Amino acid sequence: MTTEMRTTPAIRTITYRQALNETLRAELLRDENVFLIGEEIGVFEGSYKITAGLLAEFGPQRVVDAPIAEEGFVGAAIGAAMVGMRPVVEIMTINFSLIAIDQIVNHAAKMRSMYGGQVAVPMVIRMPGGGGQQLAATHSQNLEVWYAHIPGLKVVAPSTPADAKALLTAAIRDDDPVIFLENLSLYSAKGEVPDGEQVAEIGKAAIVRTGTDLSIVSYSRGTTTALEVARQLEAEGLSIEVVDLRSLRPLDRDTICASVRKTGHAVVFEDDWLSYGIGAEISATIGEGVFDFLDAPVRRVAAAEVPLPYAKSLELAALPSAAALSRVVREVLNVAPLDK
Amino acid sequence: MATNTRPRTADSVEQAEPQAAEPREQRGEPAGQLRSYYERMSLIRAFELRSSEMYARAKIGGYCHLNLGEEATVVGLMEALQARDYLFVGYRDHGYALMRGLSPERVMAELFGKTTGVSGGRGGSMHMYDTETRLFGGYGIVGGQIPPATGVALALTYRQKPGAEAEAVMCLLGDGTTNIGAFHESLNLAGLWNLPIVFVVVNNKLGMGTTVERSSAEPELHKRGASYRIPGVRVDGDDVIAVRDAARAALDQARTLRRPVLLEVMCYRLRGHSVVDPARYRSADDTAVAQKADPVPAFRATLIAAGVLDEAAADAIDAEADARVTAAVEFAEKSPDPSPDDLFAYVYATPVANAPSALPGDPVTDAL
Ligand SMILES: Cc1ncc(C[n+]2csc(CCOP(=O)(O)OP(=O)(O)O)c2C)c(N)n1
Ligand SMILES: [Mg+2]
Repeated sequence: MTTEMRTTPAIRTITYRQALNETLRAELLRDENVFLIGEEIGVFEGSYKITAGLLAEFGPQRVVDAPIAEEGFVGAAIGAAMVGMRPVVEIMTINFSLIAIDQIVNHAAKMRSMYGGQVAVPMVIRMPGGGGQQLAATHSQNLEVWYAHIPGLKVVAPSTPADAKALLTAAIRDDDPVIFLENLSLYSAKGEVPDGEQVAEIGKAAIVRTGTDLSIVSYSRGTTTALEVARQLEAEGLSIEVVDLRSLRPLDRDTICASVRKTGHAVVFEDDWLSYGIGAEISATIGEGVFDFLDAPVRRVAAAEVPLPYAKSLELAALPSAAALSRVVREVLNVAPLDK
Repeated sequence: MATNTRPRTADSVEQAEPQAAEPREQRGEPAGQLRSYYERMSLIRAFELRSSEMYARAKIGGYCHLNLGEEATVVGLMEALQARDYLFVGYRDHGYALMRGLSPERVMAELFGKTTGVSGGRGGSMHMYDTETRLFGGYGIVGGQIPPATGVALALTYRQKPGAEAEAVMCLLGDGTTNIGAFHESLNLAGLWNLPIVFVVVNNKLGMGTTVERSSAEPELHKRGASYRIPGVRVDGDDVIAVRDAARAALDQARTLRRPVLLEVMCYRLRGHSVVDPARYRSADDTAVAQKADPVPAFRATLIAAGVLDEAAADAIDAEADARVTAAVEFAEKSPDPSPDDLFAYVYATPVANAPSALPGDPVTDAL
């Protein structure tokens, strides 16, 4: 209710899931051109319950349950966006977006420039990625770099409930196709979220923890691990800065370089595979931008390059962990390993 | 709107009668065979109930989709499929793996993620594969199995002549899966190239929480082959014999005439989409209909009524199924976890220079 007296605190602690849900609701209320479309988002209330309650409140024209036809309904959302609707698509997980990738890469990303600036495609594609839940090779991928590689797309990856809100609001109001990456392991994470309208600036990274010895650069779930490791290392007298990319395209190279210029050391922590991954781009940026300020080579902690196996023993070995990050930070700073 | 006569109600889907209206006990089936079908259905039932239990006890992880309610369909289809035929399944694949002849031990071990599992513990519930029995995979991506299944059928046309002894392909998919492009592209290819393949739509009325009527503009799914001139057949999936006979006829047509068939098998999913789905979106009425149709107790009652089994014999069969599953769980428990040393096994068939073998955080080179 908007009419009640403002007795609620200006900041609430809510989950990432709830932040997304509330933001979708607020934008549906604000702009009648906004509609949601995706598999199981209505009656089923979302595979991960992000859209819970929205069908009941807004009806089936604003919250559209689509058949299992990713290429079809993503492409249909593009068409609706071409005439000024603002579709917010949910793809159940990033893995299934591969079926729609032609529409996203060859069409949504190209139209504005290829048709000489005459058309805009104001749409959002929300989808979670991430491994670690034993969902096996086809359901555990981090394919963000596939989209981050494409000019014409914007790609954001919030790591906190507050950013989930502010970046989703910005994405919906943006006039370009925005890939909005969620993460299965973040949905239940809690954080402080300011009430009222919050609109992030897409394309900007954030220093989420300041430090002087080394910069960990990460995004999405990785940022939460980076913060955890930074806190542990603080107890040992190491001062770690954490750069949360928030936007993978465009990439805020200045913020990354400024951080490394200050600390002289950098480790990238990423959930995708090592070769040609997000970390490769960050390392290259640091190498080109602030090489002279580096006191040690940039290192990357990324997933082992295998189709992710189901068995827990193998999954744990393949995924980047806090322990691996902590070890590599020590190596870069040349401090003794913990357990040896 | 133009005249649109397509039926959109649930009734229209259910109204199609099973092909054989005769009571089951009068179909001239040998008693031993009927008994064996019941044993198989009972095994699948016991296996799936135990899988659900093991999931709740965190012995099984990830996604886990059960064949509960589909036992007659699974047994009937697999009875028709010959050892020389190829089988492609979706992710609801446990029962098919069992009926293909894989031991409950190896299937359960796969669910437990053990080296002794069907896919070495690497695939899990959704990804059972066994070269020997020509189980060519469970597939976790909706529709992912349909183009490769079509491709196996294409390969068969290079290697053998049509005929009663020829090999054929059976490709299973769910009702919801008929909406994905891969289904339509593959049916067109199969129709165009005269491929020996039977596409089986296991219509359990739901894709996750979405009914057929809410997802398919032509909800009589067997008619969806019409655009590709692929004949469609619909059969009662709660009737193991009707399913077997329909599948046999379809496979025969595929082998001997090299004509694909679209077989729609009508059944029910007894529980949620996967073990973690409480299926709250389902009305009490719909749940009651599904439970009433439950093919396992129904077949048991039929066989008892026909004098094929008595209560004691049926109980003994159920107890035996349970004991086999208990043994399977014990085997899975005792089996080894895959070693992280083998993480990179099987990534490539042909060894290649510089194939990645780094663990997270390893330096990229030791050349320094
Ligand atoms: C391309 C793709 N989109 C979405 C999903 C998620 N998903 C898994 S199963 C399923 C429903 C499929 O229903 P149906 O084909 O009827 O098979 P059933 O589960 O009933 O056996 C969905 C949407 C997926 N695995 N792959
Ligand atoms: Mg179904």
